[in-house]
Amino acid sequence: MPERFFHLALAQSQSITSVYDELPSAAEIIKTLTFRAGFNTNTVIAGTTMLGLAAGVVGVFALLRKRSLMADALSHATLPGICLAFIAATKLGMEGKSLPVLLLGATMTGVLGVLCIQAIVRYTRLHQDAAIGIVLSVFFGAGVVLLSYIQNDQASSAAGLNTFIYGQAAAMSARDTALMAGVALASVVVAALFLKEFSLVCFNDSFARVDGWPVSLIDLVMMALVVVVTVVGLQAVGLILVVAMLVIPPVSARFWTDRLWLLVLLAGVLGALSGYAGSVVSSLLPRKPAGSVIVLTSGAVFLISMLAAPKRGVLASALRRVRLQLQIASEHLLEAAYESDGKGLPRSEIQNLAELRAWPGWFTPILIWVLTRRGYLGRASADEYAVTTKGIARGARVSRNHKLWEQYLVSYADVAPSHVDWSVDQVEHVLTPELVAELEVLLSRRGIEVPAP
Amino acid sequence: MTAQQTQQDSQSLATTRPEHSLESPLSVHAMTVAYNRKPVLWDVDYDTPANELVAIVGPNGAGKSTFIKACLGLVPTASGQVEFWGQSYRDARSRIGYVPQRESVDWDFPVSALDVVCMGRYRKIGWCRPVTKKHKLAAMECLERVGMHDFAKRQISQLSGGQQQRVFLARALAQESDLYFMDEPFAGVDAATERAIVEVLRALKDQGKTVITVHHDLQTVPEYFDHVILLNMRVVAAGPVAVVFTQENLQKTYGGRLTLLSEASEAIARAASGRR
Repeated sequence: MPERFFHLALAQSQSITSVYDELPSAAEIIKTLTFRAGFNTNTVIAGTTMLGLAAGVVGVFALLRKRSLMADALSHATLPGICLAFIAATKLGMEGKSLPVLLLGATMTGVLGVLCIQAIVRYTRLHQDAAIGIVLSVFFGAGVVLLSYIQNDQASSAAGLNTFIYGQAAAMSARDTALMAGVALASVVVAALFLKEFSLVCFNDSFARVDGWPVSLIDLVMMALVVVVTVVGLQAVGLILVVAMLVIPPVSARFWTDRLWLLVLLAGVLGALSGYAGSVVSSLLPRKPAGSVIVLTSGAVFLISMLAAPKRGVLASALRRVRLQLQIASEHLLEAAYESDGKGLPRSEIQNLAELRAWPGWFTPILIWVLTRRGYLGRASADEYAVTTKGIARGARVSRNHKLWEQYLVSYADVAPSHVDWSVDQVEHVLTPELVAELEVLLSRRGIEVPAP
Repeated sequence: MTAQQTQQDSQSLATTRPEHSLESPLSVHAMTVAYNRKPVLWDVDYDTPANELVAIVGPNGAGKSTFIKACLGLVPTASGQVEFWGQSYRDARSRIGYVPQRESVDWDFPVSALDVVCMGRYRKIGWCRPVTKKHKLAAMECLERVGMHDFAKRQISQLSGGQQQRVFLARALAQESDLYFMDEPFAGVDAATERAIVEVLRALKDQGKTVITVHHDLQTVPEYFDHVILLNMRVVAAGPVAVVFTQENLQKTYGGRLTLLSEASEAIARAASGRR
């Protein structure tokens, strides 16, 4: 068995070092994309698309219930079941490689693995992450041992069981594709029917229980969907990577929306898209295993989502941060201009301010550019800027907010006057008009008036 | 079995455990709860009077939250009975509402404030049916009662802690229950939220409901509540605030924690002056 793995690894490394794949022609690409590349290819593409759809939809609830990694343990725990089913079927004189028999075995040990995790969490003081680690590795180890036993014993007929480890989409038959379509349909229907119940349990299970919902039953349905998708996906994607189809599309979709039904829809679409694109690519480039290409495709979708999503994306939040910094800096600048009473703002003064506020070197030119574009600053001479009336007005407002908050801290929060300024600096920029009004009322109650500019 | 017999049965029940009446929204008898073989609650007996605001107070680790969870069947009890209006929890749960601790959920969940409040209506909507406009309007009304109607469409992670707490309260209101359990609703909230919660509590009392609240701030007990349970693994004292909320009882509950004691005596003094 170790040699077999070694051979397998060697075979792959050879194909990696000899990258002489002919790139497919445009006509070929279009043919494959539009389901005209022959029945077998179409079967595979349709099957993985359906699988992606099902996994995306089901994965949302696993993600929200924080059970994504449990799916990984589940898929790894199917290996001993596949082997045991093969052994049992052969001993009984049946065809050992019959797919339904193997998948039945996979389901049984997969579920057993999940039950083991729950038992460990319940009866020991271990947490779920440790329990998942134990179950995942021990079950997978048992599967590898069983696999070697089978292959020593009946080498000829057992070749092919290890395709379940990495998956072999190309071996999918029309019946498998029909099965995946059925699973996809079932997942969508169940998710639509129980969206309300699933969301309640995922969000707040203790409330659901007090409210009278059978939380364990609802959990069971959600877990059953994960089991079905995992087991059906074994053949196409393999037990190591199938978890990616459950996790990555929902996580990517989460970047784009805050609404649950849209999240489910989007995860299904992204999953289907990854399944489709991945298998098209793999059928165009020979010897590229579909499972891995599908996972890489959804990985690319994730990367794009993480960077580019409008609200939750990394770029968007970086942009927001820069904007806030610019706003605060420009208010400091205008405040300083207002308080120095000069209409002109010499370069040296800006330089002083930059040093005081520790602005990085690139920041000051951008700040000045922004202020000029918005009509707060104008150019007076080569080394002096002029503050416009609009700029002075804004500076006056900020200055007054500063004083209001300062007075509030001194008179209401018992902050020593010498310590006030530091904390005021943070707050004056975020005071809303309502808060300003409230401050005015509070202070006037103590007879403190801060004159309007 | 005739109605009269039922009456007699319940009367005989009442005679065996005289402290348990059918009017009492919550009757706890000899309840013991243990985590990992360490008892957390020991032989708790308690009857809630109907239509009162009840505070559960006690030091950290006294089992306040556990008491609520055990009543609701969320943690297993080692022994004892819990009845609601003389019925089992199963039969009475349509009349029971719950506000869990705010920290018990992940607020980065893809729903809006209104969606969360609608969850309180799910029981009435039933399996597999969508949330209809009627229920959304009812949920909206509940948001209004806690002063959160302007935030209905806001994703819940975009709310402040106090606002999240008010959303939880609104969801409980949407349950339209007769008995409410609230787990630390005042913990870490802003002044506006505290005012909103107190207003809701008073409105619930006016509607004839009963509210049992885990509370951590001794100062406000006399102001906000009618009844109090002083809990430290066992019930040290329980009854009307005016009778039970005494320095002696608090000392028994909190042991030698002096800072808390001075806080408590201050509270008692204020309560006394308030009553006069």
